[in-house]
Parts: sequence; structure tokens; C-alpha cells
Amino acid sequence: MVYSYYPGCTLKTKAKDLDRYARASAAALGIELQELPDWQCCGGVYPMAKDEIATKLSSVRALLSAKEQGNDLVTMCSACHNVLKQVNHDMATDENIVTKVANYMKLDEPYRGETKVIHFLELLRDGVGFDELKKHVVKPLKGVKIAPYYGCLLLRPGKVMAFDDPENPAIMENFIKALGAEPVVYAMRNECCGGYATLEKKAIAEKKATAVMDNAAANGAQMMITACPLCLYNLTKNAQGGVPVKYFTEVLAEALGVKEEA
Amino acid sequence: MQRIGVFVCWCGSNIAGTVDVKQVAEMLKREPGVVFSTDYQYMCSESGQNLIKDAIKEHGLTGVVVCSCSPRMHENTFRKAAASVGLNPYMVEIANVREQCSWIHKDMPVATAKAVILGRAAIAKVHLNAPLTAGESPVTKRALVIGGGIAGIQTALDIAEAGFPVDIVEKSPTIGGKMAQLDKTFPTLDCAACILTPKMVEASQQENINIYAYSEVDEVKGFVGNFSVKIRRKARFIKEDLCTGCGLCTEKCPMKKVPNEFNLGMDNRSAVYIPFAQAVPKVATIDANYCIKKKTGKCGLCSTVCGVGAIDYDQKDEILEEKYGAIVVATGFNPISVEKFDEFAYAQSPDVVTSLEYERLMNAAGPTNGTLLRPSDKQHPHTIVFVQCVGSRCDAKNEKGKQYCSKVCCMYTAKHAMLTREKYPDTDVYVFYIDVRTPGKNFDEFYRRAVEDYGVHYVKGMVGKVVPENGKLKVQASDLIANEQLHIDADMVVLAAAVEPDKSARPLATMLTASMDTNDFFTEAHPKLRPVESPTAGVFLSGMCQGPKDIPDTVSQASACAAKVIGLLAKDKLTGNPCVAHSNELLCNGCSSCEKVCPYGAITYSDKEFRMPDRTTAVRRVAEVNPAVCQGCGACTVACPSGAMDLYGFSNQQIMAEVDAICK
Repeated sequence: MVYSYYPGCTLKTKAKDLDRYARASAAALGIELQELPDWQCCGGVYPMAKDEIATKLSSVRALLSAKEQGNDLVTMCSACHNVLKQVNHDMATDENIVTKVANYMKLDEPYRGETKVIHFLELLRDGVGFDELKKHVVKPLKGVKIAPYYGCLLLRPGKVMAFDDPENPAIMENFIKALGAEPVVYAMRNECCGGYATLEKKAIAEKKATAVMDNAAANGAQMMITACPLCLYNLTKNAQGGVPVKYFTEVLAEALGVKEEA
Repeated sequence: MQRIGVFVCWCGSNIAGTVDVKQVAEMLKREPGVVFSTDYQYMCSESGQNLIKDAIKEHGLTGVVVCSCSPRMHENTFRKAAASVGLNPYMVEIANVREQCSWIHKDMPVATAKAVILGRAAIAKVHLNAPLTAGESPVTKRALVIGGGIAGIQTALDIAEAGFPVDIVEKSPTIGGKMAQLDKTFPTLDCAACILTPKMVEASQQENINIYAYSEVDEVKGFVGNFSVKIRRKARFIKEDLCTGCGLCTEKCPMKKVPNEFNLGMDNRSAVYIPFAQAVPKVATIDANYCIKKKTGKCGLCSTVCGVGAIDYDQKDEILEEKYGAIVVATGFNPISVEKFDEFAYAQSPDVVTSLEYERLMNAAGPTNGTLLRPSDKQHPHTIVFVQCVGSRCDAKNEKGKQYCSKVCCMYTAKHAMLTREKYPDTDVYVFYIDVRTPGKNFDEFYRRAVEDYGVHYVKGMVGKVVPENGKLKVQASDLIANEQLHIDADMVVLAAAVEPDKSARPLATMLTASMDTNDFFTEAHPKLRPVESPTAGVFLSGMCQGPKDIPDTVSQASACAAKVIGLLAKDKLTGNPCVAHSNELLCNGCSSCEKVCPYGAITYSDKEFRMPDRTTAVRRVAEVNPAVCQGCGACTVACPSGAMDLYGFSNQQIMAEVDAICK
């Protein structure tokens, strides 16, 4: 299975763990992640501005590049995934944006959202299959109570992301089960961690992150996992409470027995 | 050449105020074929009608044009007048110079010119009109009611009391429907069972009513007055005629862990069961999905204890075929599944319940025998949060929920809140609402009582999140009036789930060729003027299947529906509408376009032999219209690519002649 891979800036700096454990796990599962050549920033939060196409261009470059490679595009970071997928949706549905982007980028043929953007978790669920994943587990995380933390970006807007039920998701729970661990179901798993509020109003981020961690802890979580560098930051730096937080790729690599070599 | 009379009505000043009626009469007199033209103050009055009748006789008129109000108002009046003096009623045409002219114009010369044009169009059509005679068909004097809830029961009782036989087909083992599951009813707070069960008993004892419980409609054929319906009597594995409903089998049945649907799965029943004490018919049913004997072949305990030998493990589904003159749809509703709304944590905590579940928790025959205990730990809850509009009034762009108001939730939530405060005054009750909607007799007074006398905390705003944590439900909500965020530690959360039509309605609508809206509610023939009839002739609507409504509205509609059915069954013969479609078989190419667009299922195809010009014969597939079913909507005439379909009374030629006259 060959996929184009878009790591994103944070995975090259603060969130190197998210990236390297993913690569090691993918290799163990026989998945080839081909990093896109010369990728740029996804555009951060800027493409969310509806009236501005310039901010969408960097996302389109990545999407176009994957189209040229003829591969589905795999993402790892929740935020990049959200941005790429939303821009891709615009490109598939908004003729005005398609035309403007094509003119600006001097494309021979306009890009119309042909690339399929999938998050690594979706790849594990739909491409590999959790039953198949289970067969590759060499060190089952037996007895560990893991609370999945989705945050906002993987799930919403629900119709565009089409990732899972935004109010009652199950993909990470099933992922945790496949690794032999025990998922902790708790209500705050899809609430905001505080996000960028940490830059300006730290108290809000502290309150939000703590509420999430408290709820996970109250339900018996020994560990939390996430796919988002910003969520990880807020939960480790801003939350009061000592539940360890890891990237989902780290526990994956551990269960697959490739953590040390990563 | 027709001999046409033109009659221009003043409608008091309604028309004459804006249209120069004298000039219109004068102008139209010059049209070809017009032998008489006049105006009059009120053409619909007795003397106005006499004017028309006398002119027909005196001038030997073969066609009449009345320039007046909309044909919806008085076409029938003028057609009857013409018929009374021997002129075929379909030789009368109306030019609508009121709604489509005088009422929408201010300038007299403009309106007058337009009235003349509309008159000319009608004259052009009359030239091509031909006398039409309506066909007749007999009426089977028996009604079918599909669904045995309060709507179906009331309709059946009313029809039966008028002397016509009625069959009720109910898919569950007993009639009673959702109302049987309710505890109390608003706004009077009388117990639902106390007012429903006498009606259920009455239905079972009424000699004109025949109840087919645990049965479903498999197939519907025919048309108004002459339906032929296949009813599947599902195997109960109990001989209905022998079973006395003693309940011994249900006591002895060793399989006791079947989720009890009557209590919404909050307790268990046995595999052989009687849904509730007052079930009608009161006979047991074996649930084959759980019965040990049916699944493994071993057990058979119920047949050992049954004193009358009613158990029959080998019973098979039975198909009955019956004829009916009218069919009533009373398929009812269900609360939506709230799984898409897990911000309220329904899937995460047993203490988050739907309103219908709460109804069972309050009911003496419910899983807690009427003591309000929260499901998780069977303790008395002290703080209860009610959330209204769960899945109702959702944005069209939203990925879940219904756009409509479910209509019953405001009132039953007020009821729940009030009853809770009355029985357990130590309980704090919050109701979160978008709006409180309580139109209806004594309804607003009821809700005010909850607020003012019972101290229920009504908060305008919605609940955003329910977090089960450490045995509490942490409710986060907004209070829009105080403009603040609320955090309430609740013991129970009750969700007023939206209602939706029962899932059986969609396939039934297809069988009946009855139309539905995008929400799968049946559409009525006219939203205001024909609210209990489906546009499909002979199909009538009763209760929630047509739209959200409470018990008083349902019962009113059920009786109205019965009145319409009685009106139909009282006739020996039905006079059809002669303005129906017909197909020119020589032009028809058998493409099925007309069949696909026909909303009434009036078009069928058959292979027919045709003589070809070279004296050979060829078999071709051609369309055929059943005039008794056709409602004359004209959809097929538009869809037909070869122009084979045409409508009597509104032929393509007649319509084009009108258009030509207007554009001249």
C-alpha cells in the first residue's frame, strides 16, 4: 500500500514523536508513506477565511502534488488534516474558488478536489482494518486504560470531515481495543482543549484542558492519547492533573514492537 | 361552429370596480361564435343563474363562458345550472377575471383589456370543448384502517358506528399504540390507560370491527371504492381462538431476559408474552427470536402448562385477501433515535433518558412500579434537567435532526415537570427551551401552572454538554435571558426527542401510491381544505402519520377522517371525474415516462396487437389509463415525449388554443 504523506511543520519541530512513530508503525504494517516532495505549510488556520483564496494556495499545492503522484494523501496532525480536508472540500464544491485558484496558480487544468485526504487513523480503520492491525500487535497493551482524546479538529465540521460521529465517535476507542488496551469512554473526549487561547488567555486554556483531563481521570484513565500537537501541548502544559498524554502513534509503535527502533 | 353565450359578472364591486364589465361584454360579443353576451351584478346568485339558464334555452347555446371569480369558487355552480337545462356541464368555461385580474390591477383600462383577453381564451377553448360524461364504479362497503393506535381506533369506531364494517390491521401483538405507553395526558392529567383502554375494549366488542393484530399489509391493488389488499397475519405460534390470555405460559417461560419493548427495554419480559395487562386482543405471542423451543427444539414448557392447547410451534404466516372501498392510514410515529445527539450523553449514562422512557418510569405499570428511581443506582433523583427540542427545529444545514417542531414536547415536558414536582417536592426541576409553544385549549394555563404554582425552573437556552462524572451528570447550558453559562450537577437528564413517522409508512405509501413529504409524513390533498384525505382517491389520513399532533388533535382528525370514509362508503356508485388522461395507442411508444410520473398509479402497460400498414400484425407495448384512478393532474401529458397522452377537457389542443388567443 503506497500513500502520499503530508507530515506538516509541527511534526518536523515540536511533534517529532508523532511523525517518527507513525513512520515506524507504517513500515511494520507494510504501508509505504511517501513524503510529498517540497511540501509547504498547510496554511495553518488561515484557509478558514472564506473570502480569501491566497491562504488556500499552500494546501492546494499539497493536494495537487498528491494528485500528480496518483496517491491518496495521508495526514498525521489533526490541524493539518482539518485544513487540507476543508480546502479540498472547497475545491470540490465551490466553483468560484476553483476558478480563482486555477487562475492564480496558472493551472492548465483546474484542481477540483480529486485527491482523497485521509487521516492515518482512517487509514488504519479503513485501509488496514482494526482486525488486521490486531494481528500485527506483538506487545498488547494489556490492562492499560487509555482515554482517547479527539478534540475538535478531527471531527468537525462533521459533514466535511466525515471522520466519525462528531458527538459519539468510536474510531479511537476501536484503535485502542485493537492494541489490546482498554478504552475509557468519557464525555469530554470531543470538547475543545483550549486551543490557541493559550497564547492570549492562558486561564481559559487551563480551565478547558483541566476539565478534559479531570473527566478522563474520573473515568479511570491511566493515559490519554491524541493526534494533535496543540491538544498535547494544552493537556501537558495547561491541565492540572497528572495523566500522561501521548501521541496515538507512540502507543501504536509500542504495541507493534517498533518503538525502540523508531 | 359553437353557439356561445358570454356572461360577465360584476361580483359587486370586486370585479366591476376595476374592470369595465359592460365594455368586456361588448368586446366579447364580437368574437366568432358568440351569439349572446351580457353582464350582471352577481352571476352566482339565483337570478344570475337563471339568466344563464334562460339564455341557453332562448338562444340554443352550445357553450357558455362565465367571466367571474376563480373556477375553484363557482365552476361547479355554473356547470350545475347549465346541466339543469340540458347543456353538458363540461361545455361551461370560466374566465377568472377576479383573482387573476381585478384584484391584482388598479388601472381600469389595463384590467379591462386583460379581462377581454382572458374571455377570448375561454371562448377559444369552448370552441374545442366536447361534451364529457363521467363514468361510474361500484363501492365496496368496507374500510381498512392501518394502524391500531388511538388514531386508528377512533376512526374505526366512528366508521363502525355508522354501520360499515371495518378491519384494523396492527403490526404489534396488541392495539393501543403509543398512547398505551403514556402515563398521564395533558392538559387534564387523566391517566392515559384509563381513557384509552375502554376504547380498546369497545373496538374489540364492536360487531362491525375486526382486529387483525400482529398483522401487516403486504400488497394493495385497485382504486377508490375497489381496493384489494393482502394482509399478512404473522405467526404468533399461539392459536388466537383458543388462547384465554390467562398468562400461565408467560409465568412459566424459562426465557425471561428479553428486552421489554413496552417499557422501552428498561426491564425484561419472557419469550412468550402479553405486552401489557389490558392488551387487546389479550392473547400471548411467542417471540421466535428468543423462544428456546424455536431456537433449539428443546423446552416446550409453555405447551405443557397451557390448559387449552393454544400453543402451536409450527404455525405459519397466513395471507388474507380482502376487498375495501376505503383505506385509512394511521401508522403513527416514533421518537427519533437520540444516538446522533450524544452531547447529551444518552449512550454513556443510563440516567440520561428520553421522555417516553421517563413516561414509563413514572407509570405504575412501568419498570419501577411508578416510583421515580434513576436507572443507574435505583436512587431517588434530586435534580432533574429536561432538554427540549432534541432533534426538533434543527437547521437544514445541520447534519442531524428534523427541521420541524414536534409540537407535543413542550406540553408533555411541562406535564413531566409538574408531576415530578407534585410527587417529589424535594426535587429541583429545570426545563431548557428554545421557545415554549403551548397553543391549544387550556394549554398555556397548564404550562403557566408548572412555572408559577409548581416552581419548575424554566430556562431559555439550550444544553450544550452533559458530562457523566463521579455519579453525577454535569450539565453545561446557557441561560440566554441572564446571559450567563449555567453548570448544574443533575441526577437525571430527560431528552424530549423529536417525533418522526413510523418506518412502516414509507413502504406503505409506495403500495398505496400516496404521496409523502421529505420527512415521510403523508401529504394531505389540501393543507387547509382537505386535511384528512390523501391526494390519492380513497386513501385517508388519521393521526401522526400526517404530521406531529397531540391526542386531542389526533382524535379530532380521526373522527374527521371517519366522516370522510363514511361519506364515501355511503355511496353505492362513484361518479368519476371525466377530465382524465387517455393515451393514443398509435402514437404511444411504450417508453414508461408517463407511468413513472403518475402520482396515483393510474397508468399500466400492456402488450397489444396492432395491424400494420403492410397488413401484418405487430405486438407493441402501450400505456393504458385507469379512468377510475386518474385524478386528471396532467403530469403524464407533459412527460409524454410522443404526444400520445392527452387529457379530456384539457387537451393539448385546447390549451394551445387558449395560449394563441392570449398571444394574438
